[in-house]
Amino acid sequence: MAKIVGGYATSHVPAIGVAIDQGKTEEPYWQPVFSGYEWSRKWIEELKPDVAFVVYNDHATAFSLELIPTFALGCAAEYQPADEGWGARPVPTVHGHPELAWHIAQSVILDEFDITIVNDMEVDHGLTVPLSLAFGQPHAWPCAVIPLAVNVVQYPPPTGNRCLQFGKAIRKAIESFPHDMRVVVFGTGGMSHQLQAQRAGLINPEFDQKFLDLLVHDPAAAAAIPHVDYLRDAGSEGIELVMWLVMRGALGDNVTELHRHYHVPASNTAVGHLVLEPK
Amino acid sequence: MSGNDYHDIPGTFVFDAEQSRQGYHLNMFCMSLRQAKNREAFLADEAAYLDRYPMSAEQRQAVLSRDWNEMLRLGGNIYYTSKLAATDGITFQDLAAIMTGMDRDAYRQMMVAGGRPIEGNRTKGDWDNG
Repeated sequence: MAKIVGGYATSHVPAIGVAIDQGKTEEPYWQPVFSGYEWSRKWIEELKPDVAFVVYNDHATAFSLELIPTFALGCAAEYQPADEGWGARPVPTVHGHPELAWHIAQSVILDEFDITIVNDMEVDHGLTVPLSLAFGQPHAWPCAVIPLAVNVVQYPPPTGNRCLQFGKAIRKAIESFPHDMRVVVFGTGGMSHQLQAQRAGLINPEFDQKFLDLLVHDPAAAAAIPHVDYLRDAGSEGIELVMWLVMRGALGDNVTELHRHYHVPASNTAVGHLVLEPK
Repeated sequence: MSGNDYHDIPGTFVFDAEQSRQGYHLNMFCMSLRQAKNREAFLADEAAYLDRYPMSAEQRQAVLSRDWNEMLRLGGNIYYTSKLAATDGITFQDLAAIMTGMDRDAYRQMMVAGGRPIEGNRTKGDWDNG
């Protein structure tokens, strides 16, 4: 049977991808960002997951205002890294796992989570930056990837509670897949940041640290944070943090925190990183 | 749902239904700039390229004059308008600096020093009293 063996949360700042692609990770500005990922690079290398289930958001790349799915599950065999306006990132093609992805799609729909099934999409930095942080710069990604794109661009995104409950349904789905397989669930985006208008540059370390604590120890409380609190206290783009709750729901009720990293800034954003293990 | 509970946040446009409806063509214009051939066509003749998108005269002017906050006020979304910035060769951090009215180095310095604090930036009242 398939099993969830870890949870990996990280910010997915595009400038982090640029720093990796351009070999700048040792520069004084970037070194404190990347040093916090060294432990988890080794952790995931030893864990050898078969599949990474990556919860992320598309940033007006594969989806525009023509079509705004709240939850879109990638069931394709492969996904190309997208050109987001400055050329595609030089990273490997992302290979999917259609059999497991379709199994999850069927399971969660019958569990009353009415997701959108996607057979053709490009993936942007929201998905590829976390893969680079976890796996470095290999010629091919070391595991299959199932993308789950969550709308956090058009207000309102799904509630934190919906995300947490959906994560629980994903856990049920993965654990009912009748083949041995080790799955790591990624929750990406955040932490506090605002990219737009006169208040751009907002960072709130107290909010972020409290969110990390709640996510680990009291996910129901984290899931109860209303949208206006994210918008006001974590910045308009800090609302991406609801995606971490999908990951948390998938890990089960109790988890062990294996690793935490927090740094300000990467470009406009507070960088947060957590590694969790289901108990 | 009060729906308006976020209107008290200063210096922020929440991309809600009203903004999205108003900004549809403006954002779809920006979306077209994802493709290199469209970026070239736009830069070669901006006015002619904009004729393809039925946006308002105000929106069109905001694009031509690169008034980034005005684009947001008129329904633009930052993930879309940043594609126009990328077409101009402006990084996300420099775009953020421009929108705050700070110069590039001062903004970068603010971020390195920990960013814009939440204290004094929580409500419109904070800004009025500041």
